[in-house]
This record gives sequence, structure tokens and C-alpha cells, in this order.
Amino acid sequence: MNRYPLWKYVTVVVALLIGFVYTLPNFFGESPAVQVSSVKATLKVDPQTLDRVESTLKAASLTNDGLFLDPVGVKVRFHDADSQLKARDVLEKEFNPDPENAQYVVALNLLSSSPQWLTSLSALPMYLGLDLRGGVHFLLQVDMQGALTKRLDALSADLRGFLRDKNIRHAGITREGERLVVRFRDTETRDRARVALSESQPDLQLTDQGAGDDLKLLATMRPEAIKRIQDFALKQNMTTLHNRINELGVAEPVIQQQGADRIVVQLPGVQDTAKAKDILGRTATLEIRMVDDTPGALEAAQAGQVPFGTELYVERGGKPLLVKKQVMLTGERLTDAQPGFDSQSQEPAVHLTLDSAGARIFKDVTRENVGKRMAILLIEKGKGEVITAPVIRTEIGGGRVQISGRMSSVEANDTALLLRAGSLAAPMEIIEERTIGPSLGADNIKKGFNSTLWGFAAIAVFMASYYLLFGVVSVLSLAANLLFLIALLSLLQATLTLPGIAAIALTLGMAIDANVLINERVREELRNGMTPAAAITAGYERAFGTILDSNVTTLIAGVALLIFGSGPVRGFAVVHCLGILTSLFSSVVVSRSLVNLIYGGRRRLVSLSIGQVWKPKTPTAATTATVK
Amino acid sequence: MEFFRIHKDIPFMRHALVFNGVSLVTFVAAVFFLFWNGLNLSIEFTGGTLVEVNYAQTADLEKIRNALTKAGNNDTAVQNFGSSHDVLIRLPLKADQPTAKAGEAVMAALDADAPGATLRRVEFVGPQVGRELAENGALALLLVVIGIVVYLAFRFEWRFSVAAIVANLHDVIIILGFFAFFRWEFSLSVLAAVLAVLGYSVNESVVVFDRVRETFKKSRGLTTPQVIDHAITRTISRTIITHGSTQMMVLSMLVFGGETLHNFALALTIGICFGIYSSVLVASPLVMWLGVSRDQFVKPKRKIEGANEDGAVV
Repeated sequence: MNRYPLWKYVTVVVALLIGFVYTLPNFFGESPAVQVSSVKATLKVDPQTLDRVESTLKAASLTNDGLFLDPVGVKVRFHDADSQLKARDVLEKEFNPDPENAQYVVALNLLSSSPQWLTSLSALPMYLGLDLRGGVHFLLQVDMQGALTKRLDALSADLRGFLRDKNIRHAGITREGERLVVRFRDTETRDRARVALSESQPDLQLTDQGAGDDLKLLATMRPEAIKRIQDFALKQNMTTLHNRINELGVAEPVIQQQGADRIVVQLPGVQDTAKAKDILGRTATLEIRMVDDTPGALEAAQAGQVPFGTELYVERGGKPLLVKKQVMLTGERLTDAQPGFDSQSQEPAVHLTLDSAGARIFKDVTRENVGKRMAILLIEKGKGEVITAPVIRTEIGGGRVQISGRMSSVEANDTALLLRAGSLAAPMEIIEERTIGPSLGADNIKKGFNSTLWGFAAIAVFMASYYLLFGVVSVLSLAANLLFLIALLSLLQATLTLPGIAAIALTLGMAIDANVLINERVREELRNGMTPAAAITAGYERAFGTILDSNVTTLIAGVALLIFGSGPVRGFAVVHCLGILTSLFSSVVVSRSLVNLIYGGRRRLVSLSIGQVWKPKTPTAATTATVK
Repeated sequence: MEFFRIHKDIPFMRHALVFNGVSLVTFVAAVFFLFWNGLNLSIEFTGGTLVEVNYAQTADLEKIRNALTKAGNNDTAVQNFGSSHDVLIRLPLKADQPTAKAGEAVMAALDADAPGATLRRVEFVGPQVGRELAENGALALLLVVIGIVVYLAFRFEWRFSVAAIVANLHDVIIILGFFAFFRWEFSLSVLAAVLAVLGYSVNESVVVFDRVRETFKKSRGLTTPQVIDHAITRTISRTIITHGSTQMMVLSMLVFGGETLHNFALALTIGICFGIYSSVLVASPLVMWLGVSRDQFVKPKRKIEGANEDGAVV
């Protein structure tokens, strides 16, 4: 009666085994490492980079504990922090000879020192949150209103130019809040304008307003267009942040969208918030200037005689380029840059969109400079970089510019990205910041670990002394619960925070409830005169309904926290919910299989080791009298 | 070992009115302090900046206060955090300084006038985040309440679900009342603890109710108070042992968890203590007042058409 079929035992053993394997990486700790990754999308880290890292370290006679290449970059493990720091300096010197113009990120990192076979099973240690490992956390709010206003202002200029081109006379275009108002003097012109605009501007919703000689056409953004603009703004801001954070040399930065208009930036290990904030908030500008191709000027500049009014730059291909200092156009006039293909030659190309003022300037510049080259520069920290320097073939009007020729589609992509990355699509504001020092992180781990350990020990001692063998079984299944929970957290790579550790402790404290229920029930059945074997069966079966109910109610609270919680609460809720699920399995199935293993095989079961089963005396008239 | 040697069912329900009276008094007191003192909300809810610094020697709070006042921070709260070496500085939101610059300003001020501080942590929360967190907290509470009421109504009976949720919300208010009375800081993790306790102590009611149902089904001829007394008596040992075990864990957090987990553990402790009381001694009388009876659990025998009065047919 108290025997499990073989498959149940096998399930329990397999589950324990899997739990053990995935918990294992947490015991190996982490070893110091250096990570080399590329700053630029065009510069790939490949096996050659790996060889270069290896030979550099060998030349500096620094021994390492193994190095490998992964999608992020080259990672080298070291025995101690001292050689890690030395190696960082050596590699930095080798890979970034010019610190002003860094090509690679050489960052300190920590790698799990669990053996290779575990890593290949994707058994990794738990992912520690910033409050446990130290670092900076920012929550940035993107000003979507700002992005929309910016777009509307650009649109109003576009409309002005468009109506002029179409020869439709209007009495002024203004932006009033979130809509554009175009005034007309007669209905006929307004109708013409409406027809023309609805064809050329599908993003706008047009409505008539006003009467007499004050006729208005109201243009508002369609909801889907607004959503697109906001998505675009967010994506662009994230790309920009990515590029900027690369400079900080952070090994595992996290840049994530949160909600519709927020971006989370987490920089583990970074302590210098001032620098981080400075870099996040920096604005880069894009400049279009003309290339000076006077014969002999370039050679003179290379010889050290830079002609007056020009600057010497290096193109991305490595060729020198002499660029005039006079700025024709800045990035503010650029509304979009997208990679694509030339409509005729099908060559990869980059499509730029300028606002109407920009389009007018661009038209003039190109008309006067057909056959010459212009340079598009990204100016950051007062230092410029030539993104591309195309030749002007014809006069370009209308604000739609295409750069093509001798470009792979990857390059087109990168160029578009760089052009966009120059500026933020919408202003951002830091609305939440957390900085956690590394010593505090280590302290937090220690405190969380100690509270779990001592709490567990106290429960174990009590259970074992109160319920004897059944208590030991309960403690073992509680330990199995802890094992499953840690394995699950490692497997899912859920972020473990200090509230998460508190949740582990609390979940264990609550999970013992199921075993107490079972043990009390078994005792009660024994008290009622059942045979030991029957008492085990009845105890487990009757307790199960109650255990299920109580776990569901706890789970409801956990799920609510998961849905509405953010930050620390979320970390708590994830662990709490997972813990409830694992505790159901371990406290019912695991403990039962242990009990079955111990008692199921005995032919004649006389007593159970579950502590004293105290029976009240039969309430006869005499006893009730004495009790009274 | 057996702690609970109970000869007869304890007549809890005889004193139902007393228990409900005690609850009412605590509840009213808690509500009073909530309004009178208000909750000491952490910067997560109010917005503001929090800086934790560590000194190698014992920190001189007066010197730190002076340094900050000199730097133009008037509304700062400076206090020790856990030990005499650790100092927590709270700054309110400032209208003219909306971005996250306050933390750096504090460190600069300390370096000038109270040197030797190392930065342990900085937290800055903008006003919009705080408001949202408070809203989300309230929504989470609402979702828990609705979820539990629906689940219990579905599993048991509406009387049970109403009684359980009233009893446990009364716990929540009492926890909040404690936090208001002692001016303990109410942070996000305390909120998490409150909600976790809500789910946890509903368990308690569930266990008792389960027994009530079982007893109703099994034994005839007992009055409702007798059934409830029996159910509570039979589960009291389990209730106290379980809560005791959980409390051991929480106590361990209170002792070893440091300042960060202190209030979290404190909220759990109050929640667990009042959880025992309320789910047993508040929820059960409520069920009784709400008029629970045997008929709600025993399915009436199906009437067969044409049967005589005894239900016999041929």
C-alpha cells in the first residue's frame, strides 16, 4: 500500500539529479577574467583576435587559465586578480594603441569557474542582481512628447515646402500643441490642399474647421504613426546608449526597454556614476562639411602643414582626408537614416531624410558642388570621425538623400546606424538611480546566506526532535526543495537579488507547512487507532487537499506581486512563485517516496517513528468530572 | 514529544464576541495611528535621494549634518544604519534639481567637511516613479484580495471567502498600524512582505475551513459552534508548529539579515503573529455570524418522483 511504482522513484531521482547538476555551478565560484570585445559593428572579433590576445599575453609572460571566443568577444580567465589587472593593461596597450580612438573594449569580468562540461550543459551559476554584485542601475524616461513635438515641427516645415511646390496658397502653418493648423482663405484651395496632403502624408489625419475667410485644416498624427515615432525614438535612444556605454568598458551591460517609454541601463561593476551619467547624457552631433581637394593640399597636410580653414581626418577605410572647417549642415536637420538599396542599380545604399530647411540648404550646397566630395562627420567629445565621404553627382532637392556606391549591405547598415546614433531622438531623463558599492554587494550575499542557513538549521533541529524520523524526512525534502529552487533559478538565469534571497528563506519557512500538515495528520490517524501503514496513506491523502489550497492562495499573492511589482519586489516575487511550485513537488512527492522507501517494504509495521502519539483518555463521566 | 495534549474540544466559539471585540479594538487603533501618524514612506514611494556611506571610524553624525547644511541641504535626515560606522542620509526631492545629481553633491560636501566616507550605495527615485509604485502596490493588493476571494468562494463557499479575507485584511491594517505607530520605514520590500503574509495567513483560514467542512460532512448532530470548535482544536497544533517554523526562519532574517532585511522581517513577524490570531479567532466567528451550516456542505438527497414521504419506492 505504501509502495511507489518504480517510475515514481525514477522521476524523483532524475529530478534530484538534474537539480544537483544545475545547482553545482554555484559552488565553483567565479574567477577573474578579461574580456576583449569590439566597439564598432564593422570590426568583428574573430579567431585571429583570439590568437592576437594569446600571443600578446605570452609576450608579456602572463599565464592564463584558458581563453575562448564567444559571441561577445574573447574572454581570458586568470588565476588571481593581480594577473587579471596586469593583463588588462597589456591588452589595452596592444588593442587600443591610441586611447583617444579606442577600437576595442578591454574590460574586467568575472567568469564562472565551473568545469567545461557543466557550461556545455548550459548549467551556469545564478545571475546576481546589482545589489549583490555592485554596480549602477539607471532608469531613464524618454520624453515622448518631445519626440512628437520635434517630429511635428519638422512636418510643419515639410508641409510649407510641399504646398509651395504644389502652388497651393495658404495663410500660414502653425503648430498648436499636438496638431498642425493650416489656414486658408477660400474653400477651393483648402479642398485642393486636403487632396494633395492626404496623398503625400498618409500619417496625418486631416479635418476641416472654421468658416468665412478663416478656414482651417487641422492635421493630427494618426495613432499608428505616433506609435511608430515613439518606437523609433526609443530604439534610436537605445542604440545610442549602446554605443556610448561601449566606451565605459563594462563587461555585461544591460540595456532594456521597460514599458512604452522607459529604458533600464545596468552597469555591473561600475562605481563611477558621475562618469557613467556624463557619458549617458552626452550629445553627439553630426556635421556635413565639404572636402578640400585642392591639388597638393592633402600632401602638405600630411607633411604637417595643414592649410588654413581645414582639418585632417582619416576615413573609415584608413585613407587620409582633408575636410573644410565650415559646417554646411548639422545633424539636427537629419530626421531619419535607413539602410536600403538603390532603386535602379540595386546596390546597398543609405537613405537620409532631411527636414525642409535642411533640404533647402542641401539643394543649394549640392548645386554648387557637383562632382566634389562632401564628408559626414560624427563629432563627439570635440573629436570628429568621418562616417562617410561621398561624391556629389547631381543637385539633390526634396530632402531625400541617397548615399550609395562601393558599400556592402553590412556597411550600409552600420553607416545608417552611426548617422542615427549621433543624436538622441528624444531627450531622456534619469528617473531612478541605484549605485551599490562592491563591499555592500558582498555583505548582502553574506547576510542573505547566513539568514537562510541559520533559519534552515533551526527548523531542521526542531523538526527532527519533534517528529523524529518523519521530521528527518521533512528536512530532507525541504533540502530537496532548496536544491530544486536554486537549480531552477540557475537554469532560468533569473536575476537573484537580496529580496530574492529573502524569498528563498521565507519560501522554505512556509514550505515546511506542508510537511507539518502531513505529519500532524499521520499522528492524528494513529491517535484514532489506524494501523501505521494505513495512517501514512490516509495522512498523505487527506493532507494533500489542504496543501494544495494553501499553496494556491500563496501563489495568488505571489503572482499579483509579479504582475505589479517592479525592482526589488519583482526579484522577491519571482523566487517566491518558483519556490511555491518546487515546494509542492518536494514536500509531497519527495517526502512520500522517502517514507515509502523506509516503511513501504516492511511486512508487519508495528510503529512509526513520528514522535509521541498522545491519546486523550476516553472522556468518561469520571474524568470529565475531574477535569471540571 | 507532543506539545498539545488537549482532552476536549476547546470552546473557542463561546468567547467569539470577546475575540471579535479585541480585534475591533486593535483594528481601530491601527486605523487611528495610520491617520494620525501616517506611514513613514521610503524614498521609493516619495521620491528623493538616499546615500549610504561608511566610515572607518565611528561616524560623527553632527559633523555630517553640518557639512550637508553648509552645502545647502536643509531637509536632510542623517542617521546610523545598522552600525555606528554606517550612515544613511536621506534627501527630499528638490524642484530645482530634478536630475540625479544629489548623490554626487552629498559626497562632495562630505569630502570637504567630514572626510573619510566611502560610498556604499546611492538610490535616487524621481517623483513619477514613486507615484507609480504606490499605485501598483495598491493594485497588487486589490488583485490578491479578489483572487483569494474568488478562489475560496469556488473551493468552499462565499461565507468562507468573505470571512477569510476580512480576517486577513485586518492583519494587513494592523501591520500598517504598527509601522505607522513606531514610524518604521515602509519600503517596497515591506510591501512585498505584507502581500506575502496575506497569501500565507489565508492558508491558516483554509486549513481550519477544510476541517470545518470535513467535520460537517462526517458528524451529524453537532451545532455549528461545536463543529468550529472541533476544527480549530484539531488544527491548533499544526497552526502553531507551522507558524513557529516560519517564524524561526524570519527570526533568523531579523538577526542575520542586516538592516536591509530588518523591516521586511519585522513586517513578517507581526504578520505571522496576528495571522495565527486572526485566521483562527477572527475568521471562524465571522463564518459563524455569516450563518454557515451543515446544509451547505451535505448534498440534499435527490427526491425521486412518486416516492412516498419516507422516500421509498418500489
